Amino acid sequence: MVGLQDHFFIASPGDSVESLPEHGGTNKIGAAFETPSGRRLINPKDYMDIISSTRPNLWASLADEVPAWVTEKRNRLSIDRTLKWLDDCLSLDQEKGASTLGAVVGGPNIEHRKKCATEVSMRNVSGFYLGGFGLGESIEERSALLNAVTNILPEEKIRFVSRLGLPEEVLQGVAAGIDLFDSTYIYHLTLGGFALVFPLDILGEAPEALLRNSSNDYTKINLHATIYRKDTSPIVDKCSCYTCQNHTRAYLNHLLNVHEMLAQILLEIHNTHHYLGFFRSIRRALKQEKFELFRERFMESRRVHLMEAVPYS
Amino acid sequence: MALQFEVVGRFNRARASKLTLPHYVVQTPMFMPVGTQGTIKGLTNSQLEDIGCQIILGNTYHLALRPGAELIDELGGLHKFMNWKRGLLTDSGGFQMVSLLHLADITEEGVTFQSPVDGKPMLLTPEESIQIQNKIGADIIMALDDVVRTTITGPRIEEAMYRTLRWMDRCIAAHKRPDAQNLFGIVQGGLDPVLRDICVRGLVERNLPGYAIGGLAGGEDKDSFWRVVAQCTAALPEDKPRYVMGVGYPLDIVVCSALGADMYDCVYPTRTARFGTALVPEGVLKLKHNAMASDERPIVSTCSCMVCKNYTRAYIHSLVTRDAMGSQLLSYHNLSYMMRLSKDLHMSIVEGRFPEYVRGFLRTQFPKGDVPQWVCNAMEVAGIDISSCCAPVPV
Repeated sequence: MVGLQDHFFIASPGDSVESLPEHGGTNKIGAAFETPSGRRLINPKDYMDIISSTRPNLWASLADEVPAWVTEKRNRLSIDRTLKWLDDCLSLDQEKGASTLGAVVGGPNIEHRKKCATEVSMRNVSGFYLGGFGLGESIEERSALLNAVTNILPEEKIRFVSRLGLPEEVLQGVAAGIDLFDSTYIYHLTLGGFALVFPLDILGEAPEALLRNSSNDYTKINLHATIYRKDTSPIVDKCSCYTCQNHTRAYLNHLLNVHEMLAQILLEIHNTHHYLGFFRSIRRALKQEKFELFRERFMESRRVHLMEAVPYS
Repeated sequence: MALQFEVVGRFNRARASKLTLPHYVVQTPMFMPVGTQGTIKGLTNSQLEDIGCQIILGNTYHLALRPGAELIDELGGLHKFMNWKRGLLTDSGGFQMVSLLHLADITEEGVTFQSPVDGKPMLLTPEESIQIQNKIGADIIMALDDVVRTTITGPRIEEAMYRTLRWMDRCIAAHKRPDAQNLFGIVQGGLDPVLRDICVRGLVERNLPGYAIGGLAGGEDKDSFWRVVAQCTAALPEDKPRYVMGVGYPLDIVVCSALGADMYDCVYPTRTARFGTALVPEGVLKLKHNAMASDERPIVSTCSCMVCKNYTRAYIHSLVTRDAMGSQLLSYHNLSYMMRLSKDLHMSIVEGRFPEYVRGFLRTQFPKGDVPQWVCNAMEVAGIDISSCCAPVPV
């Protein structure tokens, strides 16, 4: 239907841009989401109807995703519901779990997370969706929770998490054993007129060269800024995306100023390309067994601008 | 003169040509999409090339405001700024000012108006318009004319026509790059054949690289419209291109081509796309209609554009009210349609089957045979027999 026949499709109940899970509205009947047409409640049967019509390659089971600050009682309830709905979805699934990512929840409680992970692993699923992240918990508390879950999950099955978008968060997820990510990071960058510029060849470049990167916060530039009015260079030198191969920062600056749709189209092309390139670098580092070094160097290069901002210390 | 115009096929008044410009060789009859601010809404250059766009229009008024003529010049001209490798045409800026600005006032000096940026009084003179267009660097530039809507009557039309000729001389004098840019004159004179004739002769005397027929496409009745076009194409030189500004609907383009015009521009295909309307051989298709929700056919089954090859009416229907991509896909299809129309006109003339093409076109648009009278009148003058397309008049 959408003309992307040679691409892989993964379905999960919420949409990170338009339909965020609303734990306050979820009840025993179904999971609630805030959507552009108001709050909607969806039960396992309706969800499986959608899954069987859209036929994704993989789909996450319906979950009661709660943020980190809910009460213990609410958290326990979310686990019970999520497991029940997983079983409901599986019983309605014509493929008997062959494309299912079982949802693992448990909020901020490590013991609950472990228990839920153990339970879900016992079902006949092909992979796991780690729910409830990216809903406002701090980056620091997240590592322990992710690792608690992935330590229990079987090695050979895929792990998917939503709403972790910043490069640092992706690296955190990869370190914990996550395989698939989706987020609105690119979407929001593009809407704001930002273009990603951080270096991708972290391991190749000498550390000093990285630290001398000339862009503003070493991550992204805002092409609305007047300094780009006459800048005839591409967004990123030697980037092979359509935008960088064909257009200049000056042209993008003009398109943004006159509110032309083409600005977002060209920015989205570059940002997607750059972000996917980041994942490619991660895979390469993993294959070379240098991921920890990669992560360390990347984090260092991101902190340099903060150090430079404090000259007298 | 920076162009070469070679007629490669004819049928009566209609002609197919090869027009060689500094940046590109184009085939006429040809439709030029309007890229107001240095971009065709939502389409990339490679998509425009895939569709077959040959020349696109830039609006001098908008570009002079943002990003500014100086900046464009400094960065190497509009072609380089947009990275568009084919033809560009800029209008003079006059029409935008008269139609967009309530407080525009036309004097012998030029067009005075209030700057939309800071409210200061500004003046666009013929010299200034040409200077800006020289900096933008398009292959074809338009003279600043005193354009008056055809719905107006009285001495204003005569005044505007003579002023257009006087401004033409000022434009010619101000033009610094005749070797790289072709300055077209614009025939004015409202719906008055006497005035139009004076204007045509005045412009032809100046021996310009090409001529435009202006002041139409503004609400006049169709019968008057085609007569002005017919009169001008009959009087303008055979060996120079003729551009009917602001046209338009596919039917209008077919009629004007039959009468001997070569080039057209209009915002219609892209603007109507943004309202969810697709151009089809039968006329238009409104994708917002409920019936489209379950229609799994492409917009046009015989269309080979990327949109018709990949998407159904149902899918586009679901997009048009919710997502910018809906209007983007429709713009892509509509422009493909116009380029296809241009190509078909050119090839049918070259291959000696122009009348058959016209008849086929009319039969598809008017299956009940209700071809409008003005079209019948125009085709008679064009020497094309369309009696087989018209239903017999009831006695």
